[in-house]
Amino acid sequence: MNYFVNEKGYYGDFGGAYIPEMLYPNVEELRQNYLKIINDESFKKEFHQLLKDYVGRPSPLYLAKRLSAKYNANIFLKREDLNHTGAHKINNTIGQILLAERLGKKRIIAETGAGQHGVATATVCALRGLECVVYMGEIDIERQAPNVARMKMLGAKVVPATSGSKTLKDATNEAMRDWVNNPVDTHYIIGSVVGPHPYPDMVAIFQSIISEETKKQLKEQTGSDQPDYVLACVGGGSNAMGMFYHFINDENVKLVAVEAAGQGVSSGHSAATTALGKEGVLHGSRSILMQTEDGQVVEPFSVSAGLDYPGIGPQHAHLFKTGRGKYVSITDDESLQAGLLCTQLEGIIPAIESAHALAYLEKMTFTGHENVVVCLSGRGDKDMDTYMKYFGL
Amino acid sequence: MNRINKLFQEKPSNILSIYYTAGFPELGDTLLIAEELERAGADMLEIGFPYSDPVADGPVIQASSKQALEKGMDLKTLFNQLKDLRSRINIPILLMGYVNPMLQFGVENFCKACAEVGVDGCIVPDLPMAEYEEHYQEIFKQYNLSNIFLVTPQTSEERIRKIDELSTGFVYLISSSATTGKNLQVSQNTEDYFARIAGMKLKNPTMIGFGINNKATFDKACQFANGAIIGTAFVKVLSEDKSATAIQKFMKSISE
Repeated sequence: MNYFVNEKGYYGDFGGAYIPEMLYPNVEELRQNYLKIINDESFKKEFHQLLKDYVGRPSPLYLAKRLSAKYNANIFLKREDLNHTGAHKINNTIGQILLAERLGKKRIIAETGAGQHGVATATVCALRGLECVVYMGEIDIERQAPNVARMKMLGAKVVPATSGSKTLKDATNEAMRDWVNNPVDTHYIIGSVVGPHPYPDMVAIFQSIISEETKKQLKEQTGSDQPDYVLACVGGGSNAMGMFYHFINDENVKLVAVEAAGQGVSSGHSAATTALGKEGVLHGSRSILMQTEDGQVVEPFSVSAGLDYPGIGPQHAHLFKTGRGKYVSITDDESLQAGLLCTQLEGIIPAIESAHALAYLEKMTFTGHENVVVCLSGRGDKDMDTYMKYFGL
Repeated sequence: MNRINKLFQEKPSNILSIYYTAGFPELGDTLLIAEELERAGADMLEIGFPYSDPVADGPVIQASSKQALEKGMDLKTLFNQLKDLRSRINIPILLMGYVNPMLQFGVENFCKACAEVGVDGCIVPDLPMAEYEEHYQEIFKQYNLSNIFLVTPQTSEERIRKIDELSTGFVYLISSSATTGKNLQVSQNTEDYFARIAGMKLKNPTMIGFGINNKATFDKACQFANGAIIGTAFVKVLSEDKSATAIQKFMKSISE
């Protein structure tokens, strides 16, 4: 079974490039050049240098002893929360800004939900001196004021998306419209493993540093580079794809993707895409998405803005459909409790997104010997308001 | 030969095609507006079936789609409304919309329903040429349905040739790479682009769309193509006044 992209841009039934003709030249330029650029020695050198000196990689793989004792397994946390800007998102934006430079682009656009990808994009644009425009739903701008301020301080222009539901999905639409209107000098840095081919593959490659390091670190710490389980949360799915990437062909490693159930899968306020979605096309690729019978996209819900997306990347849809990955979901309440538990047992305040992955440990049973890696995709600073309100702190 | 081919044969120049959104401003308006437009001299109509995430559209058409969806428009409703299309309207009709609603309806069901009610073709901006060719071309042919592809100033000559080869009906030239509803700025570059396409001697007729909003831009476009398409400017009229008088007044402002 091939779990990776084929020459037509598909993962099994999913993927492709469902884009209006106006976007074709840009996407085609990327498609023809991305592998050549990424595999070029000068690119690799610059990318890894920045990951090391600027982002602070490799991020530690930390054996969480008290969580391990509680769950009766060896729980390792892959500490993406320690990256510069506080999450895994920067791995991708560093890669894409270097790529955009090599394509001669002068202007960068991005979409953002919670603001993490927007901050990571604004950061690399400041680093390289490129113009940066970030689209963000009007409602998210209100909810995530500190990240809006960070982006502005970094020199980015934050444009409110006022169409549709005024959240991440609509910010993505606005970014795509911007690209339609600026077809020559602009590169669109998509923040997840979604969008038309080659984006899902390109973003997965940039994020695959997570599993590449994890393998080495596991080997050093346990003697084997194969854990029993790998867990990660999934909105669009970029940290999960990075965490899964080098384990996908190790069929004895179980891949667990944790979606946001919101107030409950059947509550009508959920973002559990594989449970609630059907096959269709959103934002340029064929995947699984939450939609009405008529094919209108349904607005998702999650306490975590980073998981609040109605689709998943096409490679995830393929891992789900083939059964290679197990796709589960965790409610708002369960994730917040898991966030508190991790904080109190390990002294690490996780992003609520990452807390979804931690929460699934509650639902697993272990015999004391299993090695389990959880991707701690981001830190919880940005979520303090939500935590404080929920726990009455 | 379907009605689109016949139209271009009978009227090779100054073809005026009007786009509007189905179910807008009121759910039941779809056919009434078509009748008024035909009466007022439209040569061809593009009826938009609304989608929640129309990435190629500017604010005016986005807003009309949103309103139509809120009023309850969907493909089932639309095909129901179009049941007596051909007892009321003679000019060619195209449906325009995004690929996901069509996929959920089923592409075969969609084409079959189009043929049954007398729709002549469709425009699906986010259905890529490669995908169409591999999976859907045969179905479209079976139901004698034209599929219209878009060309932009950035589309390569090689790709335009390929689009021309796959197209039946006409080739849709986008005046500049932009979402719908921008004003056409006919710069030297735009003229060069139109002239370049005209010089390619495509087998299909061409229509220019995006940014055509008044007599001046319509006439300009008609110098380079068989006709032009007006969308946003007309949807704007509908959002203010959908009366027969308002529709006639708008159509007069283009043709006189």
